[in-house]
Formats: sequence, structure tokens, C-alpha cells
Amino acid sequence: MNQKYETVIGLEVHSELKTNSKIFCDCTTEFGGEPNTHTCPVCLGLPGVLPVLNKKVVDYAIKAGLALNCEIASFCKFDRKNYFYPDLPKAYQISQYDLPICKNGKLEIEVDGKKKTIGITRIHMEEDAGKLIHQGDKIAEAESSLVDYNRAGVPLIEIVSEPDMRSPEEARAYMEMLKAILQYIDVSDCKMQEGSLRCDANVSVRPIGTKEFGTKTEIKNLNSFKALQKALEYEIERQIEVLEDGGKIVQETRSWDESKGITVSLRTKEEAHDYRYFPEPDLVPLKIDEEWIEKIRKTLPELPNERKKRLVEEFGLPEYDAGVITSSKALADFFDKCLEGYDKPKIVSNWIMGELSRLLNANDLEVEDCPIEPQDLVELLKLMDKGTISGKIAKEVFEEMFATGKKAGRVVKEKGLEQISDASELESIIEQVIAENPKPVEDYRNGKEKALGALVGQVMKATRGKANPQLVNKILKEKL
Amino acid sequence: MELYEYSVSALKKMLQNKKVSSREVTEAFLDRIEIIDGKVQAYITKTAEEALKKADEIDSKRQKGEELPSLAGIPMALKDNLCTKDIKTTCASKNLYNFKPPYSATVVEKLDKNGAVMLGKLNMDEFAMGSSCENSRFFSTRNPWDLERVPGGSSGGSAAAVAAREASYTLGSDTGGSIRQPASFCGVVGLKPTYGRVSRYGLVAFASSLDQIGPFANTVEDVALVLQAIAGHDPMDSTSVDIPVPDYSEALQGDIKGMKIGIPREYFPDELSSDVKDVVQKGIKKLEDLGAIVEECSMPHTEYALPTYYIVAPAEASSNLARYDGVRYGYRDKDAKNVLEMFMKTRNEGFGEEVKRRIMIGTYALSSGYYDAYYLKALKVRTLIRRDFESAFEKYDCLVSPTSPSVAFKLGDRVDDPLAMYLSDLFTVPANMAGIPAISLPCGFSEGLPVGMQIMGKAFAEETILKVAHAFEKNSDFQGQKPRGVE
Repeated sequence: MNQKYETVIGLEVHSELKTNSKIFCDCTTEFGGEPNTHTCPVCLGLPGVLPVLNKKVVDYAIKAGLALNCEIASFCKFDRKNYFYPDLPKAYQISQYDLPICKNGKLEIEVDGKKKTIGITRIHMEEDAGKLIHQGDKIAEAESSLVDYNRAGVPLIEIVSEPDMRSPEEARAYMEMLKAILQYIDVSDCKMQEGSLRCDANVSVRPIGTKEFGTKTEIKNLNSFKALQKALEYEIERQIEVLEDGGKIVQETRSWDESKGITVSLRTKEEAHDYRYFPEPDLVPLKIDEEWIEKIRKTLPELPNERKKRLVEEFGLPEYDAGVITSSKALADFFDKCLEGYDKPKIVSNWIMGELSRLLNANDLEVEDCPIEPQDLVELLKLMDKGTISGKIAKEVFEEMFATGKKAGRVVKEKGLEQISDASELESIIEQVIAENPKPVEDYRNGKEKALGALVGQVMKATRGKANPQLVNKILKEKL
Repeated sequence: MELYEYSVSALKKMLQNKKVSSREVTEAFLDRIEIIDGKVQAYITKTAEEALKKADEIDSKRQKGEELPSLAGIPMALKDNLCTKDIKTTCASKNLYNFKPPYSATVVEKLDKNGAVMLGKLNMDEFAMGSSCENSRFFSTRNPWDLERVPGGSSGGSAAAVAAREASYTLGSDTGGSIRQPASFCGVVGLKPTYGRVSRYGLVAFASSLDQIGPFANTVEDVALVLQAIAGHDPMDSTSVDIPVPDYSEALQGDIKGMKIGIPREYFPDELSSDVKDVVQKGIKKLEDLGAIVEECSMPHTEYALPTYYIVAPAEASSNLARYDGVRYGYRDKDAKNVLEMFMKTRNEGFGEEVKRRIMIGTYALSSGYYDAYYLKALKVRTLIRRDFESAFEKYDCLVSPTSPSVAFKLGDRVDDPLAMYLSDLFTVPANMAGIPAISLPCGFSEGLPVGMQIMGKAFAEETILKVAHAFEKNSDFQGQKPRGVE
């Protein structure tokens, strides 16, 4: 990046709340389902219907506000955001405009070991829209379009950050921490690929040392952490290039094109909607008293940063390990469960950060969907400690467990993977290896310590890795 | 006397005593509609078959000796902006010409449970916007007293049907006078309840913070009976208020001696035609004769009510009517080349001139840069109007005024002059702005046309205005006159 410029980033994050029913009617919020089956007159916006607020949505919004250190408003209201689009049944979205439920919060991130606090401007509640399925790429050119209103009326919170981030890495760290917190407090699934966590980024650049913000652009369609980071990297480059060429940044909304790796203009400021917000007359203003807030505060669990601190202090884990493990509630829960039956925290964290994460990534799975339970990993680690299997074999067993869901003991038995620790059985194999490999034997005898490794390797090969390595070493040295 | 000429309470007794069956009463009304509605044109949709089916159901229950609710077997009709399951609900708009709701409004459910027999759906100004019923996209309803004149609006069909005895009672909706002004023009009783007294769920919204459903009937007693059946909290309407519903029929009893009645002088301005003024002043004198203490008072912000209304109501309407885009139901332009064109053509053809005018006014008032000057200012003025009422009600039990500045005008007289049309709601709009209940009842005649008197009361004090209205009605000498246009 050009050293003359500083980047300024703010994020607007939409998170679907995991209430059972929608925000203004009692339809289910379940993902999937045949198109237009999770609908009723209210969420379809039929003539004459009225919204009734789901109190659970308010509970969850308060919970998110408390977890993000916000002030909770004692009085807030809903407003209508008016615009025409076929996926918006009433042609307005019920949202909150000037009196949101939460404001003035903050969240701590860490990039390259440096901690930083990012301000949260506000959190407000609103309803989601439906989904369009176009025959063709875009609505304007589509031969025909179909609308699915299952998602219409699913509750959302929008979390707006201050323009406090200064790099794509910080933006990504913010987003990851936000996701972790929302999952910890159990108000959202935060599945980016299903759209239950979505993000728009506001970004501008300015010469280092200037106080005023540069003209910003808003980037939409950021469907993963990677997309967020890549899109920001591209957009910052683009803006700097424009300025370096003596041009001006146009205030506009741009869309991230994942396949081409570029951002493209969607609409300029002049084409921006006038949403004509006004107070929603069909709902009464919402009053939230201290009692309500305290009731919700009592349900707050341990949050990522507190948990990280605990893992470091209680189990002596390195900061890095604790950070990785607590970045996801499910991963941290997995760790805690393992420690209930096994008392070597560092070994558990190595396995979670190594083999477990590798296989989850390779299979595109979330920790929640992991075929291996914590007690299964514990069983495997204990087999290793007893000497039944070696560390190398353990990895092989783990892969098999992951693929088939079988327990460690059964895999070891079925595949005959028990470690050979019987000296007489090993002796005959070792004698054969010595006989067949005169060159390394000679080298070793001539003082080349390293040659021993080659011989050990041959023994392991002959036993398909099952030989007890310590024992092989010992017998080999004796024989030579 | 024909069956269709009896009041609701009379029919109730006759049915209970098995002097007559619901089928007989229903058939009498259906025949009446058959003969008369060609002239009056109150009905958009007639549901004769369903009505007879329901009547038979009620009759057979009564035969078995079942205990039946108060309105069981009595035929009525509904303004066509009240959703009726599987029965067309058009709002007299091309946009909803074919719309059959998959659900019924709460008031419709309540009446149905009460055993009501529905004869059909009634004409109105499109989306309840208008004061003459001439904005219906289908046809104009006529005033039963003079078929050359309008029945008022927007609930013109509901008022005309009751006046012409094409239904024993009807429901309408009132956003700025849409029940009271047509009641006044057609010489019937019409009540706009307190905002929040009757559930709006299933009433196709015009201006959500002002809309309220209410009954029309030929007597105050009947209006009280119907209000009893539709009032009360509804979990489906967050703005409906959860306070007990009093016994309205009970409240009619007793005299009005010593009751304090305010006469706001701002309701007798120059625009008021002198004949209407004379009739209403005679009515007020009558209240005094009945023992009420009558005093002139002042409501200083009255003159701002109408202009404020024409910001607030169109602003809400512009948003409420945005959903008629042709995507999900109702009319859709078939030739549009893309989605934007479909929105524009559908809405341009689907809505009539007055509706489009108000959508434009409302959109403008909410636009960025104009919001503070118009919408926000209007909300502040609305608060002042509300305070006028609050302080008046510290002194008075109710307020009395003319319902509308004139009697029913001729068809076509005001269609090209929106401002003249808007002025007929001059005295009814303030009650909507303040959310208070108000009733219009016949007060006398001017050149053979009915003049209405409006009684406004404190929020949720429907009993008080019903009681005053009932006392007036009992002691007036012009009851029993039949509308000349249809007799």
C-alpha cells in the first residue's frame, strides 16, 4: 500500500436473530423450506394487516447491546423506511431511524498482537426482506423473476461501527470478533453463506496527517471474511490510484465482484434512495426499564476476551492458542469438554488447532457439525499416552474417525494399528533390516549418528508405522 | 311496516321471540336491495347466497333453543375496505378490483361470531379518499334523499344503504370524517369511536394514525348495540387499547340534566351555510331544554386542523399505498418491459386521480429537506389540537357542532375542486387528529335535506356522547321521515 495514505473503514453488519418466529408475526424463521411456505398475511404485507412486535427480538437486541458495551435506550420507536423493490412486500421496511435501541458501544480487537478498541455507533432492530430469483443475471435484464418471501420479516439487528478501522486486517478482525460475540451470546447463527451475517463496508483514504475524512464509497455483497478483506484491499488501491492520477473519489455504492476480484459501481449519491423515514404508526413506542435490562444482563455468558484470559490463566495456554480457540464459541466449548476428561491443555489445543481445524476446513464444516465429539478425541489421546498407538498413527486414526464417525478404539482394532512394543517381535524385524541395509549400518558404525534415522525409518516402514519408536531406537543401538 | 324498516333492536326482539325468522328478514332486505339499489348504487358486491346460508344456520340454532348473541340473524353490510375472507375487497379501486383476502378483519370475525348476516360490500371513495363517493373507480352512489346528490364520503355506500334500508346497519371507516359526514348527508346516525377502541386489523389502511372503524344505523340505540359487538382490545392491533368495554346500551339510560356541553365558536365560521347553522342552533337549544348546561367555548387551533390533516394523512397514505405494485395481488399492467415500468404503469392505471394526488402530497411532505417543514410541523400542530380538546374537556362533558358545513351537494359539483371537497370535512377532522370519539346524528332538515349534528367526547367516553345523542333523538320530532329519493 502507498505509504502516503491512511485508510478509514467503518462497517455496517446485519445479523439475523435466531428467534423461533418472525419479528412481526408468528411465522417460523427456519432457513430453507419450500418457497413462500413460511408466510402469512402479515409478513406478505397484504392489505389491512398490522405488525405485532415479537418481544424476544427486543430481548436479543438488548443482549447484543450489553455484550457490545452499549447504552440501552429507555425509550425507542420503529420507523418506516420506504422504497420499492419486489422482495419488500409492503414497499417499506419497518426499521429504527433516529431512536435505535442501543448506542455508544465498543469492541476490542487484536491485530498482530496489538489491541485496539473499535466504537459501535448504534444497534437497531428491523425486518429482513424476501429473496429474488432471476432468470438471468440482473433484475433489469431478467426474462422473469420469482420471489420467495420466507425470509421476509425475519428479525435483524444492524450493528453500525464508528469509522475506527485503519486496515482491511482490522476490519476482518472486527468482523470475526463481532461474529464470535454474537455466537457466544447465542442470538444469531452468524452463517455468512446462508446470509444470517452480512456486511457492508464504508471506506475512504486520506493523506496521512489530515484530519478530515476523504470521500467514502460503500461496498456491498461481502459474503465472507475473505471477501471483506479482498474487497477492501482492492478498493483502497483503486481509490489511491484515482487520487494519485489527480482524480476525485465519487461518493457511490459499489458491489464486490468475487469472480473478477474487483468492485463495480452500483449507484452514485445522486441516484441514492430518499427513504422518507417516518415513525411507524402501526406500532406503539417501546419502553425498556432497568428491570428488563437487568433480567437480560443476568443471561450474558462469558465473552470471548474473558474466556481467552481464563484459558491463559487457568490452563497456561499461550496467548496465541487461547485466541484461536476462543475465536469461536463452539471451538472453545470443544476445548473445555476435552479438558473435563484429559488434563494436558497444550496437547488438546495442539490437536484442535492442528488436525481438527485442518479437517474441518478441508471439508468445509463448522465446529458444530464436527463428526468427532470431544470425548472421542480424549479417548484417542489416552490411547497415545498408554503407548497403544504412536503419535503418527494417531493422526491416521483421527482422519478415519473424522471420515466414518467411528470411535478411536474401534478404528485401532479394525485396522490392527496397535503399536508393536514386544521386544522379541521387533528384534527379528530389526535383524532383517540390518542385514538388508549394509550401507547405513556401515556409516553408523563409522560414527555417522544420522544414519540411525534411516534405519529407524526402514523398521517403521516394515511395521507400517506400528513399531514403538523408543524401543526400536534402543534395540537398534544394541544390535549395532 | 315492512321488515326492512325495523330498527336493529326491534329486529333483535322479533327474532328472539320467534315472531320472524332470520331467513324472512334477510329475504326482505335482499328484495329491497333488488328493487332499490339500481337507483342508490350502494353495493359493489352482493353476497345473497352466503347471507341466506348464514340466516338458515342462525334459524336452525334458534329452533334448537340455543342461546344466541345480540346481533344473531340480523342483516348488515360492510364498507369495501374491510377484509372479508374469500369475498372481494376492492376499496373501490382498480388496483384491488379482483382481490379476495385470505383472512377476515377482526371486526368481521367479531360480527360473524355475533351471528350477523352479511348482505354484501359497500361502495366508497377509492381507498377511503374523498367526501362524496364520486372517487369510486366503479360508480357513484346516490343520496337516497335526492338521487341527484352525493351521499357523502368516503363511507357513502354505508350511509346510503342504511338510509335506503338496504341493510339494517353497516360498518364504515373514518379517517377525517368518512363516517360522520356521510351520516349527516344521508340522515342517519354514524359513530367514529376513540382511536384504539376498535381493532383496525383487516381495515385496508389509509392513514394508520387516524383510521377508525365505526357503525352506521338509523337510531342511536342501534349504533350502541353494534359498537358493543365490535369494540375491545385485539392482540393483532398494537394500537388497540386494553381497557374494559362498558355496556353501551345501559349507558343510554337517564337524562342529561346538568351535563355540561361546550359549543366551540370556531365551528361556526363564515363558511357555514346559514340554514345548517340555524338547524344546528335549534338542536343545541333542544339540548338546553333537556337540562344540559350549554356554553360557548373556544378551540383556538381549530383552523389548523384541516391543513395539518392534509399533511399527516397523505404522508401515511403514501407509505400505506406503496404496496400496490402489482407484484403479489390485484391489478398488474401486463405490457411492462421491466420491473420499474411494471411498478409505474400498474400504479398509474390502478389508482384514480385523487389517490394519486394524495400520494404525491404525502411523498413530498416526507421527502428529505421537506420533512421538518411539513411532516414534523404537522405533528407539532397535531399536539396543539389535542391540547385544545384536553383543556375543553376539563370543563365540558362533550362538545357540539355541525357535522359538515353544508347539506349534501350535487353530484359533479365539487369533483374538479379538491379544496371545496376538502372543506366538507372541516368540522370532522379535528376529532381524528385528537383521537377522540364523535357521533353524527340527524338534527333536522334544510330544504328537505338532512342536517347532521356532531357530538364529540373525551377519549373512551363513547357512553357520554351516545347518551346525549339518545336523549336528543328521543325528544326530536322529525323521526320517521323516509328518504324521498327512494320512496
